[in-house]
Amino acid sequence: MSLGEPEATALAQSGKVANSRMTKLAELFGRMLLIREAERMVGVLFADGEIPGFIHLSDGQEAISVGVMASMTERDTISSTHRGHGHALAKGLSLERFYKELMGKADGACKGRGGSMHVADLSVGMLGANGIVGGGVAIAVGSGLAQKLKGEGTIAASFFGDGALAEGVFHESLNIASLMQIPVLFVCENNGWSEFSPTSTQIIFSLKDLAAAHKIDYLGVDGSDLEEVSEAAAELVGAIRCDSRPRVLECFTVRARGHYEGDPQRYRSSGAAPVDPLVTARAMLETSGASVRALDQLAERARVEVAAAIETARRSVEPTLQSAAEEVYARGPAR
Amino acid sequence: MSELRFAHVINRALDDALARDPAVVLMGEDIGRAGGSFAVTRGLMEKHGRSRVIDMPISENAIAGMAVGLALSGYKPVVEIMFMDFIALAMDAVVNQAAKLHFMFGGQSAVPLVIRTQHGGGLNAGPQHSQCLEAWFAHVPGLKVVCPATLEDAYALMQASIDDPNPVLFIEHKALYAMKGVLPSPLPTARLGEAKIIRSGSDLTIVAYGSMVHKALAAARALENEGVSAEVIDLRTIQPWDETIVLESLSRTHRLVVAHEAVEAFGVGAEIAARMAHVGFDELDGPIVRVGGAFMPVPFGRGLEAAYLPGEAQIIKAARASYG
Repeated sequence: MSLGEPEATALAQSGKVANSRMTKLAELFGRMLLIREAERMVGVLFADGEIPGFIHLSDGQEAISVGVMASMTERDTISSTHRGHGHALAKGLSLERFYKELMGKADGACKGRGGSMHVADLSVGMLGANGIVGGGVAIAVGSGLAQKLKGEGTIAASFFGDGALAEGVFHESLNIASLMQIPVLFVCENNGWSEFSPTSTQIIFSLKDLAAAHKIDYLGVDGSDLEEVSEAAAELVGAIRCDSRPRVLECFTVRARGHYEGDPQRYRSSGAAPVDPLVTARAMLETSGASVRALDQLAERARVEVAAAIETARRSVEPTLQSAAEEVYARGPAR
Repeated sequence: MSELRFAHVINRALDDALARDPAVVLMGEDIGRAGGSFAVTRGLMEKHGRSRVIDMPISENAIAGMAVGLALSGYKPVVEIMFMDFIALAMDAVVNQAAKLHFMFGGQSAVPLVIRTQHGGGLNAGPQHSQCLEAWFAHVPGLKVVCPATLEDAYALMQASIDDPNPVLFIEHKALYAMKGVLPSPLPTARLGEAKIIRSGSDLTIVAYGSMVHKALAAARALENEGVSAEVIDLRTIQPWDETIVLESLSRTHRLVVAHEAVEAFGVGAEIAARMAHVGFDELDGPIVRVGGAFMPVPFGRGLEAAYLPGEAQIIKAARASYG
């Protein structure tokens, strides 16, 4: 994603933030703005009936997608979750193919067959959102094993929520990754909710203890803090590339919205507004000397890009059932 | 030419696949150092190394899920699930992930993986080590299901399954592992989805797969004494199955028996019978009759299991019933 780079550079040159770290953080902030705006509009389009199906928004979790992906390349792979828009966009899925997919269009990322819960872009190493809680974890471990066998220094990351901690395959995967020294980063987005239940009513152990039991190094960070997430991810990804052993990164975060769009959330008492990682990141950049105008320009740029992608997606066509039927099976030799 | 056992032929097929294609890796429980619980993979880790023949912990779901990740990342994993019953632990990876991803991601990637497993009774292994669950997988769009009956097909269909870009369930019958025969030279080849007439006949068609093919042949020989000339079709691939050859045979014999060891109710035979009752309706001179296991878990005891397993006698009875 290129959004924000010129602005970020200008921003860095304009004020007191003329160092590469701040330039990088400003660029990442731009990506967070883009994801927030993209998902805001997904919510709008869903409410208007332009996007069908089940939608799970990741408002409040943008710093995790962006902060982790900042340490990964296109050749690294990730597996994602039902709440995967941020992961897909941060990994490099284009906005146009994203909206086309969510609208079910023929030239969407998955030709309109996957939608929000299954969006994927293998060309940038995004091995799919996943409609099954915990369903992507072992896939990432397998992809990590593939990368270890290839010996090219690339890694895999698995994003999952705290709800997935209760799935058996997660426990199997931690054991195997540690036992076989597979280069995979387990990223837990701990928003405190297992769908409609507080995770405290579902899980008796801590991920930190579980990682220790599997002899996997662990870091826990404030998932609403872009700096903290990106620094921790850089440290862990660097370590994985170095020794080909797995790591666990637990990001304590929030689920600003319901489990799904339209969720009446009767199970949830209204409390104080959750911390907004965009507000935190912006304050940090402003404190570092970034100009208000430059930061506003980043937000405006996100709105313009998202609006343009939506317009393009609207003009796209519906796929035919015949074209879907032709790809139930792959044809030709295996490779 | 020396005699080999069915299990040796699978071993040879895997050995050759590992040798000819660097993308092939084997994964499974006890397949490396231990050589497999039925010795099918014996010697392969020593020959091809631990990064090609990978011993895994007892974690069927993660093994199958990892195979999907490997398949999406340039490899062609061949997974062993020790007993077909244990695949129940891997159903998410097989059904929700492997079967769907090619379609669900808009054809971005093939998912070339093989799950080898063995099914069936005959060894008094009891209800959790004897099931024939192939119908589960034949019911899921995106999966292929293969079940060889002969040494020749054990080799040829294994190569075809590994070369296929889709997830393939490759089902070996445990009672066939000791079967002896000769692997022809040059080595045989096959295409998935093609059945074979292995005995010609004019009065009746018997469709079977896996170990039931041998029982169908025995029944056909016995029926000869009753003046009935039975044709036997070895299905070889269950999904996709070769409707053309079955219909063509039915058009000549006008009677059809479908036999498998799996439970009869809602089984593979039900699908074949239903299709033939539709597209072959005008050809039928009698009812299509199915042979399959009784609707109960496979019992353990010698006498019980022997009484449970469908075989030659049940096929002969079904052939008579097809005369109405």
